[in-house]
Amino acid sequence: MKMLPFFVIIPLGAAFLISLLGKKIRKSGDILANICTLSLLGLSLYSISLVHIHKVLVYKVGGWGWVPGIGSIGICMVLDGLTSLMLVTVNVVSLLVTIYSINYMQKFTDKVKFYTLFMLMLAGMNGIIITGDLFNLFVFLEIASIASYALVAFGTEAEELEASFKYAIMGSVASSFILLGIALVYSYTSTLNMADISLVLSQKGSGPLVNFIAVLFLVGFGLKAALVPFHAWLPDAHPSAPAPISAMLSGVLIKTLGIYAIMRIFFNVIGIATTSILSIVMLLGALSMLAGVILALSQWDFKRLLAYHSISQVGYIMLGIGLGTPLGILGGLFHLFNHSVFKSLLFLGSGALDYTLHTRDLRQMGGLRERMPVTANTNLVASMSIAGIPPFNGFWSKLLIILACVQSHIQSGKMIYMIYAICAITGSILTLASFMKVQKYAFFGKLNEKWQEIKEVPALMQLSMVILAAICVVSSLLLIPLFKPFLQNAVEALLLGTGYKDAVFSAAK
Amino acid sequence: MSEYILCFTLFCIGLYCVLRKRNIIKIIIGLGIVEYAVNLFFVLIGYRLHGRAPILAKDQAITNMVDPIPQALVLTSIVIGLAVTALIVALAIRIYEKYGTFDITKIRRLRG
Amino acid sequence: MKSLEPGMTLIVKTITRLTVGLILLYGVYIVLHGHLTPGGGFAGGVIIALSFIHLMLAFGREVALKKISEARASVIENLGAVMFLSIAVLGFSGGYFFFNFFVNKGRPFHLFSAGIIPLCNIAISLKVGAGLFAIFAALILFRSSEKEE
Repeated sequence: MKMLPFFVIIPLGAAFLISLLGKKIRKSGDILANICTLSLLGLSLYSISLVHIHKVLVYKVGGWGWVPGIGSIGICMVLDGLTSLMLVTVNVVSLLVTIYSINYMQKFTDKVKFYTLFMLMLAGMNGIIITGDLFNLFVFLEIASIASYALVAFGTEAEELEASFKYAIMGSVASSFILLGIALVYSYTSTLNMADISLVLSQKGSGPLVNFIAVLFLVGFGLKAALVPFHAWLPDAHPSAPAPISAMLSGVLIKTLGIYAIMRIFFNVIGIATTSILSIVMLLGALSMLAGVILALSQWDFKRLLAYHSISQVGYIMLGIGLGTPLGILGGLFHLFNHSVFKSLLFLGSGALDYTLHTRDLRQMGGLRERMPVTANTNLVASMSIAGIPPFNGFWSKLLIILACVQSHIQSGKMIYMIYAICAITGSILTLASFMKVQKYAFFGKLNEKWQEIKEVPALMQLSMVILAAICVVSSLLLIPLFKPFLQNAVEALLLGTGYKDAVFSAAK
Repeated sequence: MSEYILCFTLFCIGLYCVLRKRNIIKIIIGLGIVEYAVNLFFVLIGYRLHGRAPILAKDQAITNMVDPIPQALVLTSIVIGLAVTALIVALAIRIYEKYGTFDITKIRRLRG
Repeated sequence: MKSLEPGMTLIVKTITRLTVGLILLYGVYIVLHGHLTPGGGFAGGVIIALSFIHLMLAFGREVALKKISEARASVIENLGAVMFLSIAVLGFSGGYFFFNFFVNKGRPFHLFSAGIIPLCNIAISLKVGAGLFAIFAALILFRSSEKEE
């Protein structure tokens, strides 16, 4: 239990040590960053076993006491099933991305600053996941956001600066909405601890002020998660970043900053007594699914196409979570884990193409399978996963979401659930069409004369792509009863609803 | 009650600035106004009637202080706003070097 | 047109020479008394940075950079952050992260009291001061490069 703060200490310490020593000792940036992410992965796998034994663990920062009735005086860190799922997701993807960027970032001028900003973003994301205090969540959210604004503009070409400016302005306005929501919550409940807020809200009852606060949080965190009315920054920002950062942004940042915060606040803190909020979330999710995939059909830039598909898949996750039934939440959380894995694999593959060919345009590529076999095969695995073809993991999670929609329709008799299921199936068919186009233009077909002398990418980049493809295949096994507790703990943590506060209060004594 | 409505009006003025102005520098100033409005609202929430400044000094009663927690949180928020403003201003200077203009309707190479 | 010489007029330069030291001293006072009077790490760090920025505005960029070069400002900034993190990690000796590990808590309302708060204030002021100075030096770079074309 004492290792909970280390998820924030290790990346912060690594960031500033890399910045101090990076210029003087050669290659210290690479070594320190990889040691840091490897140790974080080990700690997060250890946290799964901890959650299995005790259901909820609470760590009081500074040893500040716990007054019965009021709750915590200081900041608390809470470890439960949902936390361990998100920690494993974030740290697995970040380890593989740091292995990949040892070779990829040689092209850019300043590797030391890259590693510093990357470690700061990682510290921010880990901090959001483990904290149990609302303003602490806001501070870590800002750390991760500011680091990502700087990382999107890393290459300093004209288009990257424009994309980063757009992302920064929209992200800052969203953060102001979130801060306004936190101010209103503090004025109503006069406490900032999440368990304590839910206790006071259940005693005082919820009026129009709590609905207004919920809408403010939905707008603010929805912009960070790229739900449909607030998605306009994503197709510009994600292609402009260097490829490892695109994998981190699309794979884990929109999930922790946006989706995890929405889940934690709406299910555990405010409580879903007002199911109208969940139906709005489902509506936005269904809109995202269709809008993302229809806009992606006409793209010829590989990374921009992948960014539009990110919007669509986030819609799937929000539809699954918004259903509120155990099967729906299981499907949504499983799709969250799967999407992190295969979307980062797709972005790393597009980075490998950019590294050798120096272009992202699909019309200029062709027949690259002969020259780059490892890249082509891993990209094929990831495309089949995202399209939902049977033995890979995307199929199981999409099936669970569609089955949950049909189950809700049968249980409640409302037509809207059947419409959502039809939207999900349509989105899946269009995703399959889009990725068949990608595979045909990029990898199959006749080799273009320009690319006769290209070679495969360096070994470390191949290693990270192969490991991610292996995880794609193996993680369909997460549904068998031996490994199911990994996901089931997370589902139960969300389904507790406002029982979260009782679990935290009993674990903190 | 009236001061909260004025804070909200300031927030809406800043939001109008971010949405409708064409010059990049005016957008940045609008963002600054939005952040000031939210910080001001947060501090005003802590006000207690006839309260004094929340400083612990010798031989002074502590029962009539205003709430000190919002003041500590706003200190953090002001520094975050400073960091974001510095980053966005540096981006704006670099954009002027590459594009030659400050007008956002002309900075639209990414479309589709 | 008169030639472009760095800095401002003679009156500004004379007053700057007199007051820069006092501004730096005032900033250090606000940092060290952060646990007794309003202020603390952030506000004191900003005032310390302002004394160097005042030099830069009045005399031009090169004079201020001779006092503290950009590389040295970067080192001070990182040292401040590492110091803050190590104070927090040292709290583990008492059992918790950020724990107040001083045995002698001191008497209230005196300068040497309140545990780890003065040390944290010093670390924060180093980071904020050096950071703000580095931001200003980097932003001024574009103006002087534009004027040279």
